[in-house]
Amino acid sequence: MTAPGASFPGAGALAEAGKLFALAADVARSTFRRPFQFREFVQQSWFIVSVTILPTALVSIPFGAVIALQLGSLTRQIGAQSFTGAASVLAIIQQASPIVTALLIAGAGGSAICADLGSRTIREEIDAMKVLGVSPVQRLVVPRVLAAMLVSVLLNGMVSVVGVMGGYFFNVILQDGTPGAYLASFSALAQLPDLWISEFKALIFGLIAGVVAAYRGLNPSGGPKGVGDAVNQAVVITFLLLFFVNFVLTTIYLQVVPAKGS
Amino acid sequence: MGVEVVVEGLSKSFGKQAIWRDVSLTLPAGEVSVMLGPSGTGKSVFLKSLVGLLKPERGRIVINGTDLVRCSESRLYEIRKMFGVLFQDGALFGSMNLFDNVAFPLREHTRKTEAEVRRIVLEKMEMVGLVGAERKLPGEISGGMRKRAGLARALVLDPEIILCDEPDSGLDPVRTAYLSQLLIDLNAQIDATILIVTHNITVARTVPDNLGMLFRRELVMFGPREVLLTSDEPVVAQFLNGRRLGPIGMSEEKDQATMAAELAHREAGHADGAPDEDVRGVVPQLEPTPGLPPRGAVRRRKDRVMSIVHTLPADAQQGIVASLTPEEQERYGVLAANAGGPALTPSPVPRVARLPETGRHSRGGGDA
Repeated sequence: MTAPGASFPGAGALAEAGKLFALAADVARSTFRRPFQFREFVQQSWFIVSVTILPTALVSIPFGAVIALQLGSLTRQIGAQSFTGAASVLAIIQQASPIVTALLIAGAGGSAICADLGSRTIREEIDAMKVLGVSPVQRLVVPRVLAAMLVSVLLNGMVSVVGVMGGYFFNVILQDGTPGAYLASFSALAQLPDLWISEFKALIFGLIAGVVAAYRGLNPSGGPKGVGDAVNQAVVITFLLLFFVNFVLTTIYLQVVPAKGS
Repeated sequence: MGVEVVVEGLSKSFGKQAIWRDVSLTLPAGEVSVMLGPSGTGKSVFLKSLVGLLKPERGRIVINGTDLVRCSESRLYEIRKMFGVLFQDGALFGSMNLFDNVAFPLREHTRKTEAEVRRIVLEKMEMVGLVGAERKLPGEISGGMRKRAGLARALVLDPEIILCDEPDSGLDPVRTAYLSQLLIDLNAQIDATILIVTHNITVARTVPDNLGMLFRRELVMFGPREVLLTSDEPVVAQFLNGRRLGPIGMSEEKDQATMAAELAHREAGHADGAPDEDVRGVVPQLEPTPGLPPRGAVRRRKDRVMSIVHTLPADAQQGIVASLTPEEQERYGVLAANAGGPALTPSPVPRVARLPETGRHSRGGGDA
């Protein structure tokens, strides 16, 4: 169903974006409609955790290390070794951790959600559910999106801890940094809102990953091959949106929240 | 009793491709209707439009005073509870076993205790002959069983409208006959409005009260079964007889050259496998299993059809009158009406007068 007046270039993309937002609004509305599918929510959360926790941990250690090493050598060049801790921890918590979390939520959790909903759609299960008077958005999509958001927030905490510990290890053990300076500079520059924005980003990224996966899963382009394509697109679209939204959120945060000590 | 479904001027297209245009018909309350059509003429799309899964661009679908094309989503979900839909492959939930699948609508929409749910589910499972398979997953059973389980799930809320998307596809002729019988028995028991979409000729000839056909992006005809079964329309005649000769081609329409070539082949004696006999004509309709109540639809339909009989083509009139018992002919005053009715074509009169003696179609059941 293309829009009736779809003649100008880019109209198709706009229509798709509109439908994506319509689904997001529908999810928001259905979240507060009784009965809440608690069982499905728990199952989906558990499922997403089980597919993401190990890869996330494995990715976050080298990620934290790379940032620490890079910053370590950079700060030594400009003679600001004492700030290595603060810089690397802030970089990990504010940027690296939500992004790593979201990439894995989208890549491992979102692709599974999309494939699941996609195969249900082509088997006409979704249609059957609608005909039986049950909204698939409320029944299937809401628990999945909420699960993606919850797991994203929790994983983000874990990634922050693992990343910071990795950074500390590499900086202190391998680059001969001073443990005291690392921790002291951290508490001198970092503040609590840095953690909040990190978790908030993770929450939003989880939402995006869940909604995009559900949208592509509910609208595959026909046939089993369409489901494969939909999964692929879901992951790519999520990644594109993630980096864009991250840019917007970071800009707003830096404008709104004054840096500590300034 | 089932409800009436009124479709007016319905048009649906996907992008630039029109599926069908300006379809108008009425599914009479409590009657069984069949929609025929070659593959790819949008029969399934029509069925999905009727439950609001697809939105037609123009026209109205009115059920109980609500226009499904334009009503709100929440109203749509309410209306859908009146429907039981059998999808082509059953559309069972792959993650649930058959019992949970059939119990799903009950658990969602009613506050019945688990014991009650169990009783109702087992009753429906027995109806479709699936006792003992409750714990199987949809992936573990044959297509025919999935279809029957899908039917059991569609029936569990005692729907007022039952829609079946090709109930015969993937089933052998015997199981198809059983399924047809099941649908007729159901109609006798719960008096639901039933629409079956199919291209199975046997089902079309024996099951419905009303018969329609979609072809070339429009509704060729829709009306009492006798009208289509006796029609001289080339499309209908070709389809009912399953021949290659006629306007329907491999890809929907046939051009003149192909048609001429096929005709020439046939003149030259090419045996194209089509039987020479013409299966058109009114055949006795399937009746409910003895012991069940008579179908209320039969009598209602007879009254309705007899009130419009003078507007129907002569062959259809003949078929309808021939299927009446002598008492019914008297009750409806067919002979008298024929003598005095100016709207009637004169031809059926002598035949009608002759028919009771031959007794070809008159049966004890007095079925229409």
